[in-house]
Amino acid sequence: MAENLLDIRNLKKTYGALVVTDDVSLGVRPGELHAIIGPNGAGKTTLIHQISGMLGSNSGQILFDGQDITRLPMHQRVRLGLARSFQITSVLPGFSALENVAMAVQARSGSSFRFFGNATREDGLNEQALECLSLVGLATRARVPAGLLSHGEKRQLELAIGLATKPKLLLLDEPLAGTGHDDSQRVVETLKRLKGQMTIVLIEHDMDAVFSLADRVSVLVYGRLIATDTPERIRANPEVRAAYLGEEEMV
Amino acid sequence: MTELAQTQPVSVRSPGWRPELVPIVLFAAFAAAPLLAPASGAEGYVLSLLTRVMIFGIAAMSLDLILGYGALVSFGHAAFLGIGAYAVGILASHGIEDALIQVPVALIGSALFALVTGAISLRTKGVYFIMITLAFGQMLFFLATSLAAYGGDDGMTLPSRSLVGGFPLLKSDAAFYWVSLLCLFGSYAFSRSVVASRFGRVLRGAKENPARMEAIGFHPFRYQLAAYVISGMIAGLAGCLMANQAEFVSPAFMTWQRSGELIFMVVLGGLGSLHGAIIGAALFLLLEEFLPEILHGASFMMDDAFRSHLAENWKMVFGPILILIVLFARGGIMGLLRRGRHG
Ligand SMILES: Nc1ncnc2c1ncn2[C@@H]1O[C@H](COP(=O)(O)OP(=O)(O)OP(=O)(O)O)[C@@H](O)[C@H]1O
Ligand SMILES: [Mg+2]
Repeated sequence: MAENLLDIRNLKKTYGALVVTDDVSLGVRPGELHAIIGPNGAGKTTLIHQISGMLGSNSGQILFDGQDITRLPMHQRVRLGLARSFQITSVLPGFSALENVAMAVQARSGSSFRFFGNATREDGLNEQALECLSLVGLATRARVPAGLLSHGEKRQLELAIGLATKPKLLLLDEPLAGTGHDDSQRVVETLKRLKGQMTIVLIEHDMDAVFSLADRVSVLVYGRLIATDTPERIRANPEVRAAYLGEEEMV
Repeated sequence: MTELAQTQPVSVRSPGWRPELVPIVLFAAFAAAPLLAPASGAEGYVLSLLTRVMIFGIAAMSLDLILGYGALVSFGHAAFLGIGAYAVGILASHGIEDALIQVPVALIGSALFALVTGAISLRTKGVYFIMITLAFGQMLFFLATSLAAYGGDDGMTLPSRSLVGGFPLLKSDAAFYWVSLLCLFGSYAFSRSVVASRFGRVLRGAKENPARMEAIGFHPFRYQLAAYVISGMIAGLAGCLMANQAEFVSPAFMTWQRSGELIFMVVLGGLGSLHGAIIGAALFLLLEEFLPEILHGASFMMDDAFRSHLAENWKMVFGPILILIVLFARGGIMGLLRRGRHG
């Protein structure tokens, strides 16, 4: 188990009587792209919330890079190299696309308790931010206020913000949700390029994308992890087909 | 678009009008006032009124720093005015009359009060934050009323204005005017720098989307607390000036109504521009000062009894006027000025 970058052990989350994360144990290996799939309401987003620190857990343990982070607040987990995107787009609408990303660069570049000097003119931050924007194909929109970007562009911006924190592990919650064909192709291409450079946990409903990108796939149903395996074997797994793939006719 | 172009010439503003000019015009006006005041025939009165405007401008601007840039609705900001004023008053009553000691003590006192109350208040959000800052403000108000040695309810008169390095520099109203203007300009320049800095950017980001800020590794609480402390210290400075102008301190400096007035000034001027808060303070205080006379003059066709009645109860008109301005000039005065630019 020690070789895993992320180790989740018997994690549990309940809302009253509703068990949303039910004794989930999962290992993510360094460098892999690990997809988590499951029907609506399976608890995928909740699991990401728990890993990223937005939600606490009732019991269980989360180990990241050999360190127990179960009780660590979100901002400290980010500083350890754990970044995430949100299923429901979460950007700073009043800031330009570039500033959204530069803010994330700023978070890991020296102290932010500086009261003098115009932050928007810090070339060191802006250059790195622009690199991340280029990586997702958004460089030409750098000056546009994030609130005015199209939905697809906002999804790309989320990805760029995540990258700007220089994560070891990037948690992506449905980066393709609601994007058109072209945008989603662009995001898939970007993910293909990022693959291998960092470890990625990808939640996605788009099965074409999942099966073309993932090294391994985990299947979550009603809060329980029913299988973790290679894409081919997941496709062939009868339990998975019964619980999930069958009903969506995705083979 | 063509419609807009046609209405342009009617606008009173020149084509070169830009909102960025507002602070320059504002400070130029404050600097020119002492030169023009003698022409009014009531120089002393004009200067003292404008000094009051500048002092409240500092206080309102300090509130704008956290309200406009951090969305932190502090309803206890007058407490810092009280701390500043009482630092001057209490030290003076013990024979320490030099501003070089009084002001640092006031700033440290404000910072400590902000640090402790902020650390508690900032754990709450929304209406709870408003209520808890109000409660802390009231706590300090009642503490001041119980300070029998320092005048209790009635407050106390200062033996004289503060000395500066042993010299009675603030003795003349004209000198005091310039010192107040210097403090206003200094706090404005500092606050400008703060909001544009790395720190200010985090504060602004946390106002728009705290979850996003946490997800990139910031802990908004620390930045909000630091902003609260800075804001409290600037308001504390305003309190020092206030005590000196009146040569008197009393618990009335920190009533909750005063905290409400500060919020009103900021909203009136327009949130989140800093100079808007100064303009809001000016408008508020000038309306308060002149509304009775304006009402008396404007009601010339009425009978005398009604006119004096109206002038006496000017507050009945003041309230609705404030409400109308806030309703119809959304974004406050600065909002109006910005819209003016776009036609
Ligand atoms: N705050 C909450 N209180 C109560 N129940 C909740 C809460 N948040 C989520 N749930 C429930 O937890 C379950 C899992 O939700 P979650 O959002 O994690 O699912 P998901 O797998 O991400 O679904 P989707 O594919 O639609 O995004 C759902 O049944 C949801 O209704
Ligand atoms: Mg979800």
